[in-house]
Amino acid sequence: MAINWFKYSAPSTFYWLAGKLAPWFAWPSAVLFAVGLYIGFFVAPTDAQQSEAYRIIFLHVPASIMSMFIYLVMACYAAVGLIFNTRLSSMMASALAPTGALFAFISLWTGALWGKPMWGTWWVWDARLTSELILLFLYFGFIALHASIDDPRRADRASALLAIIGSVNVPIIYFSVKWWNTLHQGSTVKFTGTSMHAAMQQAMFTVLVACWFYAIAVALARVRSIILERERNTQWVAELPEARS
Amino acid sequence: MKPRQKRFVYIIVAIVALGAAVGLVLYALKNNVSLYFTPTQIYNKEAPQGRNFRIGGLVEPGSVKRQSDGVTVHFSITDNSRSLPVIYKGILPDLFKEGKGVVAQGKIEADNLFHAEEVLAKHDENYMPPEAKDALDKAAKTKSDAASAVAAPATGK
Repeated sequence: MAINWFKYSAPSTFYWLAGKLAPWFAWPSAVLFAVGLYIGFFVAPTDAQQSEAYRIIFLHVPASIMSMFIYLVMACYAAVGLIFNTRLSSMMASALAPTGALFAFISLWTGALWGKPMWGTWWVWDARLTSELILLFLYFGFIALHASIDDPRRADRASALLAIIGSVNVPIIYFSVKWWNTLHQGSTVKFTGTSMHAAMQQAMFTVLVACWFYAIAVALARVRSIILERERNTQWVAELPEARS
Repeated sequence: MKPRQKRFVYIIVAIVALGAAVGLVLYALKNNVSLYFTPTQIYNKEAPQGRNFRIGGLVEPGSVKRQSDGVTVHFSITDNSRSLPVIYKGILPDLFKEGKGVVAQGKIEADNLFHAEEVLAKHDENYMPPEAKDALDKAAKTKSDAASAVAAPATGK
């Protein structure tokens, strides 16, 4: 069966597809959050070094991974929008930015809450923490730049450039703990495997998948409102049942 | 080339150029980006003299001594080749332990002691239940015992 992918690069068809897909990501996400956090808080054993305080890792690490991953996806969408002049890709980039910013904020916030009891400080200007803060500012910059230009297509191009340029920060965040002396510990999740007990791993990866599904569901829902907003003067929007009422 | 291929090439070239530029900047800033100096770097006089900086390493086992006033602590920070004596007055973080990671901020005074104003604990990236940690420690101990048992007769002969 051949699927015509280009059919769904038109906002009018993708609007319908996104509406159909979003619930299929939203509900599994809720279930996976419940399962992952249950394993994390009730099944996973205490840690030898940090006893119970380490459990914030089940939010901290998935949020951090998502904040970096979403940035790269956003930059790819922005680049595709710039290269192929497709409106939908730029709309997807705009739809992902607030979710990425949320995850970056959660990562910094849970990190501070974890740092105070374990390290003895809320914040330290080491390379890992600073580069993650820059990532949050890049998300804010992307959103603000897009909002400050009235013409949506010009706004897409300007903010796409910012997204692409900012993507050099992502490998810096990831490798910061390797390249420099930092207070932040090294990566637990490496390309070669993890240095973590099995039940802890299950909890962390379940929450990670839940975050992933959440991000997809929210981005699809958000891109639908962006499509409606930008295409409000078109015939197909005027004919939508939800628009006619 | 079609305009879109041109745009693709522009973007790739821009990313590569930017990546190289950022790489060079970070390479130049290498010492400024690092949070702390190691005892070896301080021994080699790479750390700033006469002003505040951070030192990081492990708390040397057996070096922690508390003074009778209850708040002043003496310990040494080591990187397993050099070590530096530290004096600190204040509350230590819970994870502060001999043989564990530590980062201290302060400066070296005339008495050649590092007078710390702030001591932070640095923990590692390994997470395991206490039983697994005990088992690992036991395994490491029997291994080192076995090694010394093998070494002992060899040196005895």
